[in-house]
Amino acid sequence: MTEAVIIGVGLHPFGRFPGKPALDMGADAVRLALADAGVNWPQIQGGYIGSYEVANPDAIVGRLGLTGIPLRGVFNGCATAGTAVALAARAIETGEHDLTIAIGLDKHPRGAFAADPSVAGIPSWYGQTGLFLTTHFFGMKINRYMHEHGISHETLARVASKNFGNAAANEKAWRRTPLTPEEVLASPVLNYPLRQFMYCGPNEGAAAIVLCRADQAHKYTGKPVRVRATALRSRRLGAFEVQSPSFPVGEVVDSPTVDASRAAYESAGIGPEDVDVAQLQDTDAGSEVIHMAENGLCKDGEQERLIAEGATAIGGRLPVNTDGGLLGNGEPIGASGLRQIHEIVLQLRGAAGERQIPGTPRVGYTHLYGAPGASAVTILST
Amino acid sequence: MTTRTEQLPVAEDLFTWPPGDDNPLRLIGSECADCGLVSFPAAPACVRCASTESKRRLLADRGTLWTYTTQDFRPPSPPYDGPEAFEPYAVGYVELPGELLVEARLTEPDPDKLRIGQPMRLTLVPYTVRDDGTEVVTFAFTPAEEETS
Repeated sequence: MTEAVIIGVGLHPFGRFPGKPALDMGADAVRLALADAGVNWPQIQGGYIGSYEVANPDAIVGRLGLTGIPLRGVFNGCATAGTAVALAARAIETGEHDLTIAIGLDKHPRGAFAADPSVAGIPSWYGQTGLFLTTHFFGMKINRYMHEHGISHETLARVASKNFGNAAANEKAWRRTPLTPEEVLASPVLNYPLRQFMYCGPNEGAAAIVLCRADQAHKYTGKPVRVRATALRSRRLGAFEVQSPSFPVGEVVDSPTVDASRAAYESAGIGPEDVDVAQLQDTDAGSEVIHMAENGLCKDGEQERLIAEGATAIGGRLPVNTDGGLLGNGEPIGASGLRQIHEIVLQLRGAAGERQIPGTPRVGYTHLYGAPGASAVTILST
Repeated sequence: MTTRTEQLPVAEDLFTWPPGDDNPLRLIGSECADCGLVSFPAAPACVRCASTESKRRLLADRGTLWTYTTQDFRPPSPPYDGPEAFEPYAVGYVELPGELLVEARLTEPDPDKLRIGQPMRLTLVPYTVRDDGTEVVTFAFTPAEEETS
């Protein structure tokens, strides 16, 4: 099977852009990715484009060039961008195309996500009585995790402080004001034990990546980034997942993150000990803590010491969310996973500027998790 | 005004209604006729074996608190239809032994008065009042220690 490599990345800043349609942000990101790859839009043979809010994001061809290529829409919750990348890589791996693109874009209204529970297959009373909030799940999952594994409130605050600090060094991030752990702990509780500055917010942005056959990469770049594995998993019965009015009693079942992570490591022939830099879904500070273990990057409970030692900071043993993560960048759902890959590609190229991790990183890892219990992992390497 | 406040359940067949001495308060779940998986709310199709044969099952009214959080801001409306004057509440999963873990409102809003493993008991709470004065009630769990014997 042919291997897919990333030859170009493009990122529209994440934040608030009144009056600018999501499709225009997406087109900007695509142009940046094409320029980075040194290719023109008419050379692109096919691609995948994801969005949560835009009903037919494939309309972006009207802004880029009507070349007749297949551009397929992807809609897969918070795993949307991971899915787009996986499919764009697969189209190369199977020989369908030589040059593909993955695009994500979104423009969410302010505030927490509000939706009709029926779209998630959940009865109306669940929303009417105030249970249909994804933030409840994150509060409850980390509360139980802290109880079982000895994680402190200070650790949650350190994670948030680290990510806002990293975002301050990222000109395309949204929340660029550094916050101390003390300032994070002084913000109001929204869903115990999670506080205002421990949550990410939905916002706006776009990202794109250009992929090609590994054996043709030399035509475009001296620093291709290899797509070593992509994996997507949905929840299994018994796992504790977002938007679950109930779940069965019984033996603990792994989350889809654990399942996707294991599949990706196995497919790549790369283990967690080989990962040099990671981007983990930090919907909230607790999620980053839990996802460190669910992705095999540490044992349950080790986070308390690792985070206190600065192991996940830029310059630490395993830098996590070097661009500020979701906490620093916010979450335009369709673009979020491509923003993660953009950052890993910069880090592996040694081109991340002020936030470049030291040494010569070779392996990068990205992870998404979201409703109703879906997880996407990619493993990239030089 | 001395008229008695009318109460209505937030949904039909979610819990026994109206509860009384001969009809004790219980959540109404279901049990797969083929594999025995217990579901709440009652599910016509089994998420373990995909069977479409199920029978009604009243769930235990006592359990232990598995985890919890608080809701300190008013949720977006719709879908939330609680009163404009927002009172923070707590939410948790209560493990009903041998049956399932059910998500519910908790009557105790103070996280410092909740703990994982705490015994809990099913109750009802009026979570909103309609314009005509009708109280709409939903199920909730309350710390069982609060009971006086």
